[in-house]
Amino acid sequence: MKVDRRSFLGLGLGAAAGIAVSPVAIKLTDDSSIWTQNWPWTPVPEDGEITYDHTACSLCPGSCGLSVRRIKGRPVKIEGIDGYPVNNGGACLHGIAGLQYLYDPSRVKTPMKKENGRFKAISWDAAISLVAEKLKDLRRKKMSSSLACITGSDKGSVNALFKRFMDAYGSANALSMPSLEGNLALTAATLHGADHTIGFDLENSDFILSFGAGIIDGWGSPVACFQANASRKERHAKLFQIEPRLSNTAALADKWIPIKPGTEADLALGICAVLLNKNIFTPGEFGTGFSRFTAMVQKAYAPAKVEATTGIPAAQIDALAQAFVKADMPVAVPGRGRGDYGQSLREFAAVQTLNALAGRLNQKGGAFVMAAADYLSFPEAVMDMTAEAGAGKDKLAATVPQFFDTLAASSAPAVNALFVYNANPCYTLHNTAEIKKAIAKVPFKVSFSSFMDETAMECDVILPASTFLERLEDVPSGAGLSRTVVGLSRPMVKKTVFNTKNPGDAIIMLAKAMGGTVAESFDWDSYDQCLESVAGDIWDTLSDEGVIVLSKGAPNETVATDFSFLSANPAGAGTTGQGDFTLVAIDNLRLAGTVPAASPFAIKTVSDKVLLNKDILVDINPDSAKAKGLANGGDAKLTTALGTFKVKVNFDQGIMPGVIAMARGLGHTLANNPFAGGKGVNVNDTIGPMIEEGSGLDAAFGTKASISRA
Amino acid sequence: MIHDKKAHKFGMVIDLDKCTGCGSCMVSCMSENNIPFKEDESNKLDTLTWMRVFKLTNGKSFPDTEVAYLPRPCQHCGGWGDHGHSPCVSVCPATATDYGYDTGIVSQIYTRCFGCRYCMGACPYKARYFNWWDPKWPEGMENYLSPNVSPRMRGVVEKCSFCYHRYQLAREKAYAEEREIEEMEYQTACTTACPSGAIIFGDLNNPEHKVTQIVKPDPHPDAMNKHVVGKSRNPYVFRLLERLGTNPKVYYMSEREWVRKAGDNYLEGEWDKKKNHHGSSSSHG
Repeated sequence: MKVDRRSFLGLGLGAAAGIAVSPVAIKLTDDSSIWTQNWPWTPVPEDGEITYDHTACSLCPGSCGLSVRRIKGRPVKIEGIDGYPVNNGGACLHGIAGLQYLYDPSRVKTPMKKENGRFKAISWDAAISLVAEKLKDLRRKKMSSSLACITGSDKGSVNALFKRFMDAYGSANALSMPSLEGNLALTAATLHGADHTIGFDLENSDFILSFGAGIIDGWGSPVACFQANASRKERHAKLFQIEPRLSNTAALADKWIPIKPGTEADLALGICAVLLNKNIFTPGEFGTGFSRFTAMVQKAYAPAKVEATTGIPAAQIDALAQAFVKADMPVAVPGRGRGDYGQSLREFAAVQTLNALAGRLNQKGGAFVMAAADYLSFPEAVMDMTAEAGAGKDKLAATVPQFFDTLAASSAPAVNALFVYNANPCYTLHNTAEIKKAIAKVPFKVSFSSFMDETAMECDVILPASTFLERLEDVPSGAGLSRTVVGLSRPMVKKTVFNTKNPGDAIIMLAKAMGGTVAESFDWDSYDQCLESVAGDIWDTLSDEGVIVLSKGAPNETVATDFSFLSANPAGAGTTGQGDFTLVAIDNLRLAGTVPAASPFAIKTVSDKVLLNKDILVDINPDSAKAKGLANGGDAKLTTALGTFKVKVNFDQGIMPGVIAMARGLGHTLANNPFAGGKGVNVNDTIGPMIEEGSGLDAAFGTKASISRA
Repeated sequence: MIHDKKAHKFGMVIDLDKCTGCGSCMVSCMSENNIPFKEDESNKLDTLTWMRVFKLTNGKSFPDTEVAYLPRPCQHCGGWGDHGHSPCVSVCPATATDYGYDTGIVSQIYTRCFGCRYCMGACPYKARYFNWWDPKWPEGMENYLSPNVSPRMRGVVEKCSFCYHRYQLAREKAYAEEREIEEMEYQTACTTACPSGAIIFGDLNNPEHKVTQIVKPDPHPDAMNKHVVGKSRNPYVFRLLERLGTNPKVYYMSEREWVRKAGDNYLEGEWDKKKNHHGSSSSHG
């Protein structure tokens, strides 16, 4: 066929038109993008039936109820449970990210034993008998008291089993880490009587006077506090925040009152003085020391003096006192930040005294002095001679920081064996270098950690704990919540992800391996069976409903207040070191201050004004910073009594001049976890402890520091 | 098949006076939508956060400083005149992103996207993110991935979908039970997570829904700018860069004037004029 010019052009144009209108070109582009994007390594999650199962969270003392969405039994998403008596549908970012802890790369996957400085996997039986032999040996040598035990908290049945083991073994040295709950119990014991705790009825109060309490920065039961705060708008309830920097709580407060760091107790006592001076307090059952207290505050906390200490004008203190007593349902709240660490009994007692003087004890919207939750009925432990002898001995220390002080000071080992469960003192406590040195003095250390964290690394044996999503456990509320709720944590996976056990089971196995009266004290086949029997009356409700409310509303009884501790005018905390600045540790809700470290999701949400690449940023007032020649975002050297640290500088208008703030929760060294580990500075490395006399609390809220351009 | 014959227009209003900046919405979103993470997420230009919480300050110095937080999901713009020509949809050469006239949701089909990123340039809210790398989970962590949202691959753009799969689940259930879907049946993951109840989500076409009652959207085009439709008649409610006429379905609410002012860029004196105008337009609504 002859192709002439006409048909050539015709065909050409026809083809061009054909291509233009045909979908082939677009289809091919589309297909090629589809083909080139279906990589075999992009995961295709398995589909299946959706179920929602309830459990309780024990990541923090908040004790929220969580609903876990599962696909054919595989958990894929965590949310809050609607109507749950703690968190009513809400959840914090750590709880929502809970599934990441199941597969966390730093998890301890099997029992481990340290040999020549390296960990080696061993079987559970081998690990248990190794620990049992060591402990039996100590016991035979009549050294049962030289076993110490540090737990994250002293609430709930698993912690009770640790305590019971210590009793049956013959040691009084069972201690729990600093916590808001512990501080509140100590405050209650000092002012109102033992075996009590304090709950704050924030959701009903119409005037919350917060002495730095991070109501929306992780204080107490965080989600319950968020909800109480959010409802203020509808209730027209006021929040006054007293704090050296504009925290998130201060930012949403009706009034932010900047105060010199560490002088919150002085302000509280100053307000007490105004109430007593002007006779605008509500008389109550004021026991020992009230008149001495009155005389003391009037002399030592006169407005002019308090103005000089706190930096708050006397007239404002006066107005604050008046506003506090004039409100219908005021409440004063102690505990800077999360309220757990770096706190003093003096401050807690001073703030609670304010509640007492305003007649706010056991009143709606006030402070509830509640009996400690007592819902577990353990049978008496079987005590032999050794156990009795151990129980008769004094504790080495009242608190964990004091315990490490004692360890550090003694040349011969103060204890020969140490259990650590749900606690990370080598990261969480001030001056971690000293803590690590002290812990190294203990010849035999057993960790029950789920993660290879700073403390687990220092231990000789690890009996790895299942995470809260893999085990049964009772989860009691506390931490300043105004009601007592017990939730039930239930396994949300068909079997544990790794070769781990419920620490309750580990302790029961250990007790059985010990034999004798220790074994007799643990007459259960498993932790699950133990929980069912000790939960007694409430077990049916707990297992059916997943939660039980033990008490709510203001307690009926009147409360006596003992003023003898404060009337002696105990000394304030003060700061160590030198420098023109005060460095304070601050709590950032998106980071975790204690155990476990923040999840990858949580770290991802952290601002680039807090963490940039591998550097931590410290907040500083631009005026103070410029005076030191610092640039916003620039490198700086921060020097405290404990050393010099490389930081970056973040200009923050919302911080008092002369104060530097550093977030808690960074600077972790975690095995195999590059997400939370190896980033920034651990603020606890920069601050030394300061043990408060009388309480044993580590009251160091900060330290003196200097900063210069790097 | 869409059983619901009535067109929905899903949207939300976020109360910035309740938002605490806690980050629950961000993490809930990440977990719900299989969003990956990297070792270093501090470079906020290459991190994937469909929902991102921004920190705003009033710029004043100590002690008059104020801070507010602003959560920013995809704004699901309706485009000029609310006709569905969202800035991103208009520029996509692959039809990988589209406007759902039945829901008002701007979709994103990952496998259709070939990564030209025009949409990212077009989005005034920086709500779109590019996958510079293939997602990688630590060993075993893929086990928590949800089958409702497909994990993305390197080279595609992704963004907030208002948890469209949650709508699909609710719609299927309602369809099986031969009824309309209820307000609380379809809620986004960020809304359910918010511990402060700061996010209210619902159908802006349904006068019964809380979001509509708070926002009170004006059905008529704005007298000053005909491209703007659905402007709120609540004086405390505003949208981001509202004058662009992108008509976002995400509204914000604050009683603090400086926070509302932060929702757009104003010339000197312009804010006061706008304030006065807002007052007059809301009086006849």
